[in-house]
Amino acid sequence: MRVAEGKVDPVHQFTIETLFGTDHWSIGGYNIAFTNSSLWMAITTVVLLVFVAGGAKRELVPGRWQMAVEGLTGFVDNLLQANIGKAGRKYLPYVFSLFGFILFANMLGLLPLALVGVHPFTATSHFTVTGVLAVMSFAIVLGVGFAKHGLHFFSLFVPHGTPVPMIPIIFPIELISFMVRPFSLGLRLFVAMMAGHVLLEVLSGFVISGTNAGVGTFFLAAVPSFVLMIGICALELLVAGIQAYVFALLTCVYLNDAENLH
Amino acid sequence: MPQIEQLATTYSSQVFWLLVFFGIVFFVIGRGMLPKVVSTMDGRDKQIADDLAAAEAARAAADAEEEAWRVQANQQRAAAQAVIAAAKADAAKATEASLAVAAARIDETVTAAEARIAAARAAALGEVEGVAAEAAQDIASRIAGLSIPADEARAAVKGVLANG
Repeated sequence: MRVAEGKVDPVHQFTIETLFGTDHWSIGGYNIAFTNSSLWMAITTVVLLVFVAGGAKRELVPGRWQMAVEGLTGFVDNLLQANIGKAGRKYLPYVFSLFGFILFANMLGLLPLALVGVHPFTATSHFTVTGVLAVMSFAIVLGVGFAKHGLHFFSLFVPHGTPVPMIPIIFPIELISFMVRPFSLGLRLFVAMMAGHVLLEVLSGFVISGTNAGVGTFFLAAVPSFVLMIGICALELLVAGIQAYVFALLTCVYLNDAENLH
Repeated sequence: MPQIEQLATTYSSQVFWLLVFFGIVFFVIGRGMLPKVVSTMDGRDKQIADDLAAAEAARAAADAEEEAWRVQANQQRAAAQAVIAAAKADAAKATEASLAVAAARIDETVTAAEARIAAARAAALGEVEGVAAEAAQDIASRIAGLSIPADEARAAVKGVLANG
């Protein structure tokens, strides 16, 4: 949070900063500097790794930790079963990785680490990150669809029972709605994460400015804003879970199109 | 908005590191650890299903056993009732027979005793007659000085006793 001329810049939190002097790192001319965003992706990976490793104990009677990991796994498994059916099992590693990575990245980005002087960074608030995840899901859908059904996969754009004269109209509409999927998938997560963080930042700016401006504004603006912030924080935790769920759910729905054409 | 302002300078780094870390998540967690977790869950589900099936089978067996036991118990109870009834009938018959024997013996004894009593009574009566005749003879001789023959005295006593 940068306080310039007494004002809080609510989008400064999304600034990417290069860490450890790795500016010059590049592959084939492309810069791959290790940034704060990369660091939080690494932290997300490590936390998820520790979480799952702690629960992969293979005990018949699970402990609490194992129960938590199996609960998360079972949740994603049920999601796949419900949307795709028996064939959904083979997508479990991918969808679980997706769900786990997004969920943990969202949650870690909300940690109140500023209290100890560290600034958490939400990797999923960048469309460069969510976009890659969305394109990855979309590419898998395309790959599975064409591998399983060949060119017959194009019949996805002609829903069942479409009258023949309607096909020339329906086909482009369905095609466009299909091509928009990766954008909607990636942008939804990015926007939800960014909006929540900006809102929290703006409200905290009110609290700071209101408190500095005097007793009147403290009670009029700062205190209500602070109360609202507490509520929004809870809401953001919910959004963090829901957005991870939505991403995984939509991936399942799209995979179902590819797996069970119509 | 830094996402757009820094797009040109950071996109390659963002994409690269996301692929690196998501790759680690996918291959280490998704491919490496998850199958173990899933197999553990499936194994547990299967074991629970098997245990439930075994319990169900055991319950059915127990029910069948109980039914068989009940049938057997009923049969044995019926048999026991039959034995008791037969024993009762036998006992009643035996009691009847021994009662009949006892009654016959008692009748015999009573008859004999009655005969003995009658004989004793007759003898006693005869003796009373004799004593009375002698007494009458004696009284007559002492008072009237008459000597009455024994036969006459006896006949007179007999007449008096019969009339008295």
